[in-house]
Amino acid sequence: MNIRIRRAGLTIAAIGAVGVLLAGCASADPLEEGGETTPAGEGDSSSLVIGSQAYYSNEIIAELYAQALEADGYTIDRQLQIGQREVYMPEIEAGSIDLFPEYTGPLLQYWTEEPAERTSDEVFDALVEAAPEGLTILDQAPATDQDSYVVTREFAEANDLTTVADLANVEEPLTMGANSEAETRPNGPQGLAEVYGIEAGFTPIEDGGGPLTIQALQDGDIQLAIVYTADPTIAQNDLVVLEDTEGLFLASNVVPVASDRVDEEAQATVNEVSAALTADALIDLNRQSVEEQSPAADIAQAWLEEQGFLG
Amino acid sequence: MNLFLEAVQWLLDPANWAGPNALGLRILEHIGFSAVVVLVAAAIGIPAGTLIGHTGRGRGAIIAITGGARALPTLGLLTIFGLWLGIGLEAPFLALLVLALPPVLAGAYAGVESVDRATVGAARAIGLTERQILMGVELPLAAPVIIGGLRSAALQVISTATLAAYISDTGLGRPIFSGLKTQQYDMMLGGSILVALLALLVELCFQLVQSAAARRAEPHRTQTPASERITA
Repeated sequence: MNIRIRRAGLTIAAIGAVGVLLAGCASADPLEEGGETTPAGEGDSSSLVIGSQAYYSNEIIAELYAQALEADGYTIDRQLQIGQREVYMPEIEAGSIDLFPEYTGPLLQYWTEEPAERTSDEVFDALVEAAPEGLTILDQAPATDQDSYVVTREFAEANDLTTVADLANVEEPLTMGANSEAETRPNGPQGLAEVYGIEAGFTPIEDGGGPLTIQALQDGDIQLAIVYTADPTIAQNDLVVLEDTEGLFLASNVVPVASDRVDEEAQATVNEVSAALTADALIDLNRQSVEEQSPAADIAQAWLEEQGFLG
Repeated sequence: MNLFLEAVQWLLDPANWAGPNALGLRILEHIGFSAVVVLVAAAIGIPAGTLIGHTGRGRGAIIAITGGARALPTLGLLTIFGLWLGIGLEAPFLALLVLALPPVLAGAYAGVESVDRATVGAARAIGLTERQILMGVELPLAAPVIIGGLRSAALQVISTATLAAYISDTGLGRPIFSGLKTQQYDMMLGGSILVALLALLVELCFQLVQSAAARRAEPHRTQTPASERITA
């Protein structure tokens, strides 16, 4: 065959292939949930499916529920590390997952547009109201995992800072470092200006309050960072969490979401676990995962034994 | 939901071309930052590669270094450099330089080395100095391959420079990261489409420059029919 013709043929084939790909992009949403999962053991309430987010701390909490229930004789199917809320929540609402550790504020935001509630109890009550048919919100734990503004100890002492409002005393210009979404969300500079009347610049650092953010704080490239309250790096690096007196941040307590298949006995067990899960306990569980790299199941087991759930 | 069309809509929305996050500004940042990286890579890589190709010394080392450096993950490097240098453009600059150097070095070295030794010998025989041989014979003949190295480096840098937004307020990585984190997938895909278009544009420019250099390096080739050129 003439080389030029063969080449033209290849080009046409390539263009065709690209066209088919683009058509595929245009007609199907790649983010749509593909496979269907069937509810495990429908009707049999001694066998439960427990899920977790793809977040190490959430996975540990899911393991706490799982092992406490296993000690009570339940059979647990673990579907851990299922990514983000947009992915797993439809599965929970459809009844494919029976128990899932959640966070009150973000979950309320998922179910209702721009909730007005801010404090822990208000948010919890609103969440119970907002939960769709067939889902039960169990007791919330004292432990929270929510956004907070942190500064270095040195900066806090130099400017006499204990609350977010105290940032008004700082004379030098403030720069906040956080994931890029904070730039437009109410937890970022816009919220700080609206709620506290304090102006701050913004630098995106895409590691979610990780080592690069902490480094930038210590270098003085940023003065203010958004870090989760349950993050062990706060204590490790001797950072100071500024108290949010005006309710800028949505309260976010750990809370289990349960399907109808979680019977009263199981609910009672999970509620006991939640009651024991204090803020310090959660930070310590997270610390073991981050510092000692222990697997979630081992960390959960040690804690449950210590608390007397497995005996 | 038709994501692809939504991304195109997002790109065409005039609101996204204004304000502090204006796309025009992001595109300029992206091109500017990438250009600086490629220029610095060229300033280091072309002289070093040429010297190695000309003298034949350090060949083993250069092959080992360029091969090894290509395997380094840029995001990992960025984090290491970020912890060392802090946030800003310095860390992404270094990480991208590590990405850009191997193809530039390899192009310069391979281009100069592949020049016909008989041609170099002839140039030496008619009394050209080493410097004249390098500048007047080897470099023009190696130009298509050297530009090929630059082309490959530029393409990789343009498409990876989105990582600059990981720790600085720069470039087309901003809409990609923001869109990903806020589930605004039209924004994320829109940003990605712009990066892809930029990469294609740069590729096209380099292609033109490269074929111009090839015509200059081997003028007799342009006389032959296209079909034979492919098989040659």
